[in-house]
Amino acid sequence: MLEVSGLTKRFGGLAAVKDVSTSFERGRITAVIGPNGAGKTTFFNLVAGAYRPTEGIVRLDGEDVTGMRPDRMAMLGLARSFQTTTLFEDESVLDNLIVGHRLRTRSTLLDAILNTARARADNRECRRKAEEALSFVGLDHAADRVVADISQEEKKRVAFALALATEPRIVLLDEPAGGVNPEETAGLARLIRKMAESGLTVGLIEHKMGMVMGLADKVVVLDHGEKIAEGTPGEVSRDPKVIEAYLGADFALAGAGHAAM
Amino acid sequence: MSGLLSRRTLAVAAILAGLVYPFVVPNDYFVYVMALAYIYAIAALGLNLMLGYTGHLNLAHAAFMAIGAYTVGILTVDYGVPYWIAFLLAGVNAAALGFVAGIISLRLKHHYFSIFTLCIGIIVWLVIEKWDGLTHGVVGIMGIPAPTGIGPIRFDTTLAQYYLILAMLALALVVMDRIVHSLTGRAFMAIRNGEPLAEALGVPLMRTKVLSFVISVAYAGFAGALYAGFVRFLGPSIAAETNAFDMIAFILVGGLGTLSGPVIGAIMLTWATQSLQFLQDYRLLVFGPLLILLVMFMPKGIIGTLKARQAREAGERASAARREQAEADASADGRKAPAHA
Repeated sequence: MLEVSGLTKRFGGLAAVKDVSTSFERGRITAVIGPNGAGKTTFFNLVAGAYRPTEGIVRLDGEDVTGMRPDRMAMLGLARSFQTTTLFEDESVLDNLIVGHRLRTRSTLLDAILNTARARADNRECRRKAEEALSFVGLDHAADRVVADISQEEKKRVAFALALATEPRIVLLDEPAGGVNPEETAGLARLIRKMAESGLTVGLIEHKMGMVMGLADKVVVLDHGEKIAEGTPGEVSRDPKVIEAYLGADFALAGAGHAAM
Repeated sequence: MSGLLSRRTLAVAAILAGLVYPFVVPNDYFVYVMALAYIYAIAALGLNLMLGYTGHLNLAHAAFMAIGAYTVGILTVDYGVPYWIAFLLAGVNAAALGFVAGIISLRLKHHYFSIFTLCIGIIVWLVIEKWDGLTHGVVGIMGIPAPTGIGPIRFDTTLAQYYLILAMLALALVVMDRIVHSLTGRAFMAIRNGEPLAEALGVPLMRTKVLSFVISVAYAGFAGALYAGFVRFLGPSIAAETNAFDMIAFILVGGLGTLSGPVIGAIMLTWATQSLQFLQDYRLLVFGPLLILLVMFMPKGIIGTLKARQAREAGERASAARREQAEADASADGRKAPAHA
């Protein structure tokens, strides 16, 4: 489980994230939503160690990991996918995934140059893990294809597989369904559910409301860097503050008027 | 599998070509120029590790080659150190200075890093030119001894040195092959593809970049050491940034981030330069447009373009085989199914 309390990040005078506290439960999908510029990606960057928080604490399974570097966080079991994943286009999907498990291996460059047994064993292990991750995301058939030749949706799945190859406890997915069609979005949603069911803690930033409402166990709403609501998708979607943040004050008042009638 | 076979066949063919080359050319001049091309190829291999695989353009690469060359020149001429000990120290010296330069310059990103390394290159060049007491300044170092013989083998002829340098190039390629195909090599490539993702995958950025930088400039240092023993004269101009730009051109022509690209590029461009020698400085008028055309229409370079096509075809073949297998399994299940019913 991942807990954050009082998380704040100021860039100069601007508070991009202000005093946010919440938790990500094991085996659950927690979605972070909010209008553009609400601080969602900054929030993920703080949790994953890419930014050092100005204030606040991040705890991973009880351990204080505030301000720890991203590569250390990855070692501790936090993986993430980005809005865009740059892969090596001229190489096969499988080869692209091999680096994902590097952090769990011990062989050094000297092992590689001398081609020691340890280097060969680690190589095999990374390849096996890459195949396993690829199979989990349903892309066995694309293992040998070069990345340049696979679809946008398949690239999203490769990004998930890369995160899974690190053997994470928690995964943070930043707009995993950006730029794919509704049918493919549904497929990705099923995959995210499968990740949670396998015991992973899943954090999710997504703009596609339909997907979030159908998928998330818990929704955290950010606006101007502050948490304005938290709860089940049903609760959050009825919250006037959320409606106001998304659709403007006029609509919220109109909505309240309708409700009164 | 066929890709692996053809790779091995190509490597053997290349080594054979390198071995018979001196016997099919009319005179020593051709052997001399080719050996020089191999030396630059070794340096370019190192630069390619940093530029092509790790995604950082180090404009001080020629300066590190100069550091290696001057280490040999100074130690052998002024201090009487045997060539091979000086040779090893050249690599160690370049790597050590590279480590210091790396931990400072790699704090910068993208072109800021490149500009910083350009400054390092100029500083090294100035030190070589001005520090008469150590480097002999603009006079240069003359009379550097040829590599001392190993057992019965002597390196006092151009031909013998050609084979020594060819062997070094082969060794440099084998080591580079292991490096770029290792898990660490994959970490280098992950950094090139994007630092945030690499870091999120558990790659410690600074340590990994410094490692790549140190190996990269060690290649330059060893290339410089071979250069010193082969040309037997050193001047400050070896550190000039134009030398670094030449190596970048080798890599671009051959293929950025490919193993053999820098070698192909070094050989091709060295000969192109030689054959356009009569144009003197005007040859750049031919080179410039050619390079622009290449970058426009073949941005992956010669080897990069071939490799991309090969990878795609291999992928399609493998996928087709997988599909056929799946269909065969499915129809086998289909035949079984009625029996169960």
